[in-house]
Amino acid sequence: MLHILAVLVENNPGVLARVAGLFSRRGFNIDSLAVGKTDDPSVSRMTIVVEGDQRVLEQVTKQLHKLIDVIKISDITEEAHVERELVLIKVHAEKSSRVEVMQIAEIFRAKIIDYGAKSLIIEATGTEDKLAALIDALRPYVISELVRTGKVATVRGTKKITIKNQGGS
Amino acid sequence: MKLSGAQILINSLLDEGVDTIFGYPGGAVLPIYDALYDSKLNHILARHEQGAIHAADGYVRATGKPGVCFATSGPGATNLVTGLANAHMDSVPLVAFTGQVISTLLGRDSFQEADITGITLPVTKHNYLLTDPADMAKTVREAFHIATTGRPGPVLVDIPKDVSAGETTYQKPGVPQLRGYRPTVRGNASMVNRAATAIMQSERPVIYAGGGVINANAAPELKQLAELTVAPVTTTLMGLGGFPEDHPLSLGMLGMHGCRTANYAVCECDLLIAVGARFDDRVTGKIESFAPDAKIIHIDVDPAEIGKNVRVNVPVVGDVKVVLGQLLERLQAKLPGAWHDRIKQWQQEHPLTFEAGNATIKPQQVIQEISNLTGGQARIATEVGQHQMWAAQYYTYTKPRSFISSGGLGTMGYGMPAAIGAQVGCPDEVVFNIAGDGSIQMNIQELATAVDYQLPVNIAIMNNGYLGMVRQWQELFYNRRYAHTPITAPDFVKLAEAYAAEGYRIEKTADIKPVLEQAIASSKPVMMDFIVEREENVVPMVPPGEALNKMLG
Repeated sequence: MLHILAVLVENNPGVLARVAGLFSRRGFNIDSLAVGKTDDPSVSRMTIVVEGDQRVLEQVTKQLHKLIDVIKISDITEEAHVERELVLIKVHAEKSSRVEVMQIAEIFRAKIIDYGAKSLIIEATGTEDKLAALIDALRPYVISELVRTGKVATVRGTKKITIKNQGGS
Repeated sequence: MKLSGAQILINSLLDEGVDTIFGYPGGAVLPIYDALYDSKLNHILARHEQGAIHAADGYVRATGKPGVCFATSGPGATNLVTGLANAHMDSVPLVAFTGQVISTLLGRDSFQEADITGITLPVTKHNYLLTDPADMAKTVREAFHIATTGRPGPVLVDIPKDVSAGETTYQKPGVPQLRGYRPTVRGNASMVNRAATAIMQSERPVIYAGGGVINANAAPELKQLAELTVAPVTTTLMGLGGFPEDHPLSLGMLGMHGCRTANYAVCECDLLIAVGARFDDRVTGKIESFAPDAKIIHIDVDPAEIGKNVRVNVPVVGDVKVVLGQLLERLQAKLPGAWHDRIKQWQQEHPLTFEAGNATIKPQQVIQEISNLTGGQARIATEVGQHQMWAAQYYTYTKPRSFISSGGLGTMGYGMPAAIGAQVGCPDEVVFNIAGDGSIQMNIQELATAVDYQLPVNIAIMNNGYLGMVRQWQELFYNRRYAHTPITAPDFVKLAEAYAAEGYRIEKTADIKPVLEQAIASSKPVMMDFIVEREENVVPMVPPGEALNKMLG
């Protein structure tokens, strides 16, 4: 099954290489990985979607904790959380199909962010299901490029994932 | 006062209590060697960077103090990689400092540039690329802190030439603030209670002790635990010396080339108490058949080791010495029972034995003789192969830090420099490198280092003209097709003399003892070429993938 890990790391050079290297050499599968600075510029937050059973997840978590630059790991899969991904889709759209493409975008509350002579770029955010449905709907119109960010996620409500309440590693 | 990065490095090393460095100079590390020139630090010049780092590793294992090595950028740094991997696998605390090209030349494929932090990422506990001399003192403090605490391991600090040459104000660093690194020291009380209950309830306990016992200096606590609960103790290769092998509760080593009694006991025990051990495949054999009837208590400082290879009933994360102390407070004395009779019976039926040679020397004889002559008190370094297993089997280890061997990585060429490091750390003790004729040739250049620093290392080569362990596997599993395992060697006697060491060739059993005595008495490095039975095998043996009690030989 897929697990979503929220991982707080030191914002040091090489931290991404350390995390990515660990996954590849231990044979863990990353489904997606998104990383960016948090409100505290010394800390970055990674959202890692990893595939595996409970045993694999336990090893992933423990091995990640061994990295000195990893401050905190939270598995938020089972918690109430929101997850989003952003996708940019360039669709080949001649005059004849343009309106249909724009209607599809509207249905999915996606935005048209580039209007070219023969193509449109659609920006959409949402859950994996929604984005999959959008992509399926656009497929008949020839998708010439597709780029996505990987999932980011956070728990609902007032509960926070911060370095303050870390368990130590 | 302004100091250069290199001067700060030297000051910081002195602050860490370092007195000895193993290394090899070069272009990018020049500012550091220049600062070293004025210091009171003792520097051992190896003949190859791999020799320097293995010597630092041997020094750590013999003394318990952290090891330090220096190398230059590019090839100097890449020559450290095997040594780092070796230390990483066996949890050896050492700190390697490498010179690096000037910051502005980084990433341009400059002369002698190698991305050593990138290369060593998977084989270090942590590494640093310094960018500012102002970070030097803090980084050195962190590097030693990380290397020596929690599960020990190697740390590399890469220092561009402009950082070591650049000047800054020196400020003594405080306690490292690493929010992502806080190793657990004390065991969780409820887990310790559960472990104590399991021990009190068990009828057929076995303690399985690994290198963690030695790393944590926990041998006294282990002995107390064993004696109080009359639990027999088997050690791993890395754990040799962690429990005295002349003790009535000692089962000897377990695993692929372990004692039958130890393996049988593990197979039949109802409680396995793993202490600072990691259930390596060479120990467990077929994992499904490992300790099949046992509850498992696993005490380890590294939480990632728990549940990695086997299911564990009672996990206790913490420093082995501290956890054993906690456990001892909760235990009462137990009495021996039928289990001990059964073990005694196995020991009588299956002693570790070999057929002594008359005409040809058996390697086991040589090792037994070394054990007798040194009373189990010497520091025994080894290379990797058959001789290593015989050294594990036929030398009686009675104290921690007396067996110095590459366990996890299995690095041929480790023993010679490791023996040098051990002798540097323990100048008044007898140090041996037990070697094979293949392995010794991998870092033989370090004989020059031993001669230079007047280190009376005794090198005992079990010369069978083969890469013996590989040949043994070819004999057993590849139909005796000895592909590229017969190997030639130089005349070791002449070689030793060329290096200004002493050399002997021993071909008769009667000569084993007198030559060993002469070597031990000598104040020079001595190379002894024992011409041994060519196709002697290491037995007993658990074939790879088999259950522990399915032993050959």
